[in-house]
Amino acid sequence: MARYRARRVVAGMAAALLITAVAACGNDDAAGGGGTEAASADDGATLTLWTRAATESVSKAYAEKYNATHKNQVKVTAYPNEEYPAKLASAAGAKSLPDLFASDVVFAPQYASQGLWVDVTDRFGALDVKDKVAPAHVKAGTWEGKVYAVPHTIDMSVMLYNKDLYTKAGLDPEKPPTTLKEFAEHARKIDKLGGDVNGTYFGGNCGGCVEFTFWPSVWAAGGGVLDAEGNNAKIDSKEMAEVFALYRSLYDEGVAAPASKDEAGPTWLGALQNGKVGIAPGPSVWLGLIEEKGVKMGVAPIPGPDGGESTFVGGDAIGIGATSTKAGQAWDFLAWTMSDEAQIEVIAKNKGVPTRTDLASNKYSSTDPRVVLINSLMEKGQTPYARNFNASFNDPQSPWLQTVRGALFGDAASSLSTGNADITKSLQQS
Amino acid sequence: MTTVISPHREQPAAQASRRTVRRPRRRQTRRAWLGIAYASPTAVMVALFFLVPLVLVGWMSLHKWPLLAPPTFNAPENFADIGDNELVRSATWFTVKYTVIITVLLFAVALGLALLVQHRRRGVGFFRTAFFLPMAVGFANASLLFLGLLSDEIGPISDLLRAVGLVDGYVSWTSGSAHSALGSAIVLVLWRFAGFNMLILLTGLQAIPPEIYEAARVDGASRWQTFRRITLPLLRPTIALVLTLMVTGSLLAFDQFWILTRGGPDNSTTSLVMVIYREAFIRLDLGSAAGISVVLLVVLIVFNVIQLGVLRRRSN
Repeated sequence: MARYRARRVVAGMAAALLITAVAACGNDDAAGGGGTEAASADDGATLTLWTRAATESVSKAYAEKYNATHKNQVKVTAYPNEEYPAKLASAAGAKSLPDLFASDVVFAPQYASQGLWVDVTDRFGALDVKDKVAPAHVKAGTWEGKVYAVPHTIDMSVMLYNKDLYTKAGLDPEKPPTTLKEFAEHARKIDKLGGDVNGTYFGGNCGGCVEFTFWPSVWAAGGGVLDAEGNNAKIDSKEMAEVFALYRSLYDEGVAAPASKDEAGPTWLGALQNGKVGIAPGPSVWLGLIEEKGVKMGVAPIPGPDGGESTFVGGDAIGIGATSTKAGQAWDFLAWTMSDEAQIEVIAKNKGVPTRTDLASNKYSSTDPRVVLINSLMEKGQTPYARNFNASFNDPQSPWLQTVRGALFGDAASSLSTGNADITKSLQQS
Repeated sequence: MTTVISPHREQPAAQASRRTVRRPRRRQTRRAWLGIAYASPTAVMVALFFLVPLVLVGWMSLHKWPLLAPPTFNAPENFADIGDNELVRSATWFTVKYTVIITVLLFAVALGLALLVQHRRRGVGFFRTAFFLPMAVGFANASLLFLGLLSDEIGPISDLLRAVGLVDGYVSWTSGSAHSALGSAIVLVLWRFAGFNMLILLTGLQAIPPEIYEAARVDGASRWQTFRRITLPLLRPTIALVLTLMVTGSLLAFDQFWILTRGGPDNSTTSLVMVIYREAFIRLDLGSAAGISVVLLVVLIVFNVIQLGVLRRRSN
């Protein structure tokens, strides 16, 4: 049955090791980083760049612009989101990482701690704009005081609401909710339209979706999720309980679409694109993707239960593969991606969020007030930091997903405290 | 394969040389070398892709093995940690439960199909092909196919059942409840593998000499008696083979749960191999993954030794 797949997992691991053993005798100096890149950083090298499917379009846009003006040529390869961490792990085991690879920013501390990226502390420190590069992302790419990764793309969570449904339900489409309680009221009103229209939608079987959309409300209320080092969970707080209770009631009342319970991520975007959901928190980068389908959308910050606003500063971080022999050339590309030219002509032009705080308002953003709003949220947002983030929060077998399921659909009273202990244990596992 | 073919090929080669006929010892040496030469490609493949990884996994299980940094010896930590791992415990229980259910169901369906198509009649070729055909679809592809078919968003199954009136409102087969998630994986595995096991059982059925059935008929045995007293006992070696394949395959289940249910809902369909995958590729702890693999391997070896022992005793 699954014998072949299973054997492949085991054999793949072992084969990777075999190559490791052979390659270990080869050159290790590339991992050291240093080098004399200044003179020959743009010498026509071919650089491989790996990314996950979610970020592919941005990585390709960067590469296209860079390739047009540089001798170096960047080749982008994208992998399916779920398979990407495994792909990276097996490449690392075989010592055949690409010259550059991006990762979900929350996984960056794990890759940095494993030494999968070249230490770029000195190179980054020499940049003129270093203090203006998204601080939450830079911190995520830092391990034991050394910088390993820089921001590649930024994606923030916001409230996305359907303006047509707002009008139909007698709500003012220019007045989005300013508290989470008001959000629930709006969702209930829209749900009353009946038919196949639902008030709201969330990814109730997806740890990553829930942290991305619920945590900003906790932060806005002054609560926390993790300690600064990412060694202890702090999810058994009254702020967290209040946010979960609110979403739970929306599900119980049938205001949240019934599919919310089983949404594991893949059909989340599709559910918002069909125009039958009133208001839901989601990724800011979906604004364009939803409007493509002819749905008129409004954007608002994610509020706390009684006000305030915050966001989850997500997206991807990128660094130089530890086994690359072209660290100098690869840094030339990375440094360029943080330049005014790349941030304005590639990112801002495509309605993306610049990775530089000083470029939040630029010549393109002013044409769409919603983009100005999204860009302005970055300084209020947070990026959680933990070495074992994936295993503790995002993986389908993570203790966080167990906790979420309990808090939303099971035993709400005990799930947060039990979950807090389980997650802390997972965070501290070496 | 090469090892099977080589004896036939080396005979003419050996006879061709007269000198070797006169000197039997040299001939024997030469034959032995030829044999080794013919067997070596297979031996190299087995060594490279089976023995070396096997030894390496064993070696890894004794170490803390990061992706890039050098490994450090930590035995028996990787094995001791297995006991503390709550997920391993629930996954072991689930894997055993799944193995029992799927072995019973798959065997019943496969044997039923084999009995249905065992005699040559008009149209039997069509049914044999139809039953075997799902085997031509890759297992991962088959899992994706079922994921699509069972999806409430894009698949036709839920709409169909709603039209007939069997279900009402929104249903999620693959993650709605632990039972429906396991059920959808079982239906997938039955569809995909029943035909293959039917084929093995069919060869066993056709190896039973028709004279025995004739003798039974002459003696006035009923259909049920014939089945119990003749078919089942004579089919025993084939049944043992099929059961071994089913049990081993089920204990190593991965694709169906990884793709169809992602181990959910609430870890209710997380199999042991999925835990190994999580240790290696999510936690990046290759040593721990190797530790669980070694334990699973030992369990499988013990199981197969027992099963093959029983098989050998019975066929003697």
